[in-house]
Amino acid sequence: MQHNIYVYIFVMFAVTYLIRVLPLTLIRKPIKSRFIRSFLYYVPYVTLAIMTFPDIVQATSAPVAGLLALVAGVALAWSGRSLLTVAVASCAVVFITEMIVL
Amino acid sequence: MKQENKTWFLRGMRDGTPIMLGYAAVSFTLGIVARNAGLTAGQAFLTSLLNNASAGEKAGFTVIQADEGYLAMAIMMLIINARYLLMSCSLSQKISPETGLIPRLIIGFEVTDEIFGVQMALPGMICPWYTYGVIAMALPGWSLGTYLGVVMGNVLPANIVSALSVGLYGMFLAIIIPPAKGNRVIGALVVISMLASCAFAYLPIVSAISPGTRVIILTVAISAAAAYLFPVKEEDEHAA
Repeated sequence: MQHNIYVYIFVMFAVTYLIRVLPLTLIRKPIKSRFIRSFLYYVPYVTLAIMTFPDIVQATSAPVAGLLALVAGVALAWSGRSLLTVAVASCAVVFITEMIVL
Repeated sequence: MKQENKTWFLRGMRDGTPIMLGYAAVSFTLGIVARNAGLTAGQAFLTSLLNNASAGEKAGFTVIQADEGYLAMAIMMLIINARYLLMSCSLSQKISPETGLIPRLIIGFEVTDEIFGVQMALPGMICPWYTYGVIAMALPGWSLGTYLGVVMGNVLPANIVSALSVGLYGMFLAIIIPPAKGNRVIGALVVISMLASCAFAYLPIVSAISPGTRVIILTVAISAAAAYLFPVKEEDEHAA
């Protein structure tokens, strides 16, 4: 590995902390630009969706287990289950599926 | 400590308890991601202690694993954690103008989806001691959970690790799916984002782009297009 892991951690911390603390300390008025507000509003949904698929299928030993976990996770989240329930149920689906197929 | 501050601190600890439990479970799976990226338990603990950001840390570990540059890491954090900028702007309206710099620096340290949520749910202005109480519960849950994820991930059998590795994605789904149910634009964005991500992962030429860069390019392109085509109305922002 060419890069120092502690420098990576420091860069992560520095950028993330500045994002969080600058508006709280400097900006006293809300952002006016409707485009920027809309962009910031959509970012979490887009970025989390991108990181979830296809990564969830690649994370498990058997790809079909990850796919089923995705389906179960979407169904449970759709029906309004809590964050913890959805996370634990996704794990259970993978565990059971891999017991059968592997 | 003044009596009023003590009351707020205890109330913060009470509201922070379910957050701590949820964080401990999810950060455990984040620890497994950290272990796969080559971090030690101590390094993963430090990362979680300083960052408290599930999506951001997951993306950061991807950058570390791919051995990409520090600039790529900085850009990645900027994009992925951009939503905290918006939350921090909202919070700035929710704390008293007389609040000093140090309370602002501490509240800003722990701007997360869940902690932002409980603070905005309070009536009136936020007493900083309330936030300190929430942090006192949530931060140990998050950082120790990550630590245990790395340590236990090494001793747990492969089938358990494989199962736990999807926990983080389960949490992501729990965040993006409920709003997608009530908002067609978000619903379409979630589907488009997943399909685009899949296409970039497997199609020739574009699959040569590293995973970290892929997340940045697609996030900016899709979010900007959505912001241009479907600008958000004030009331939608508050509903989400």
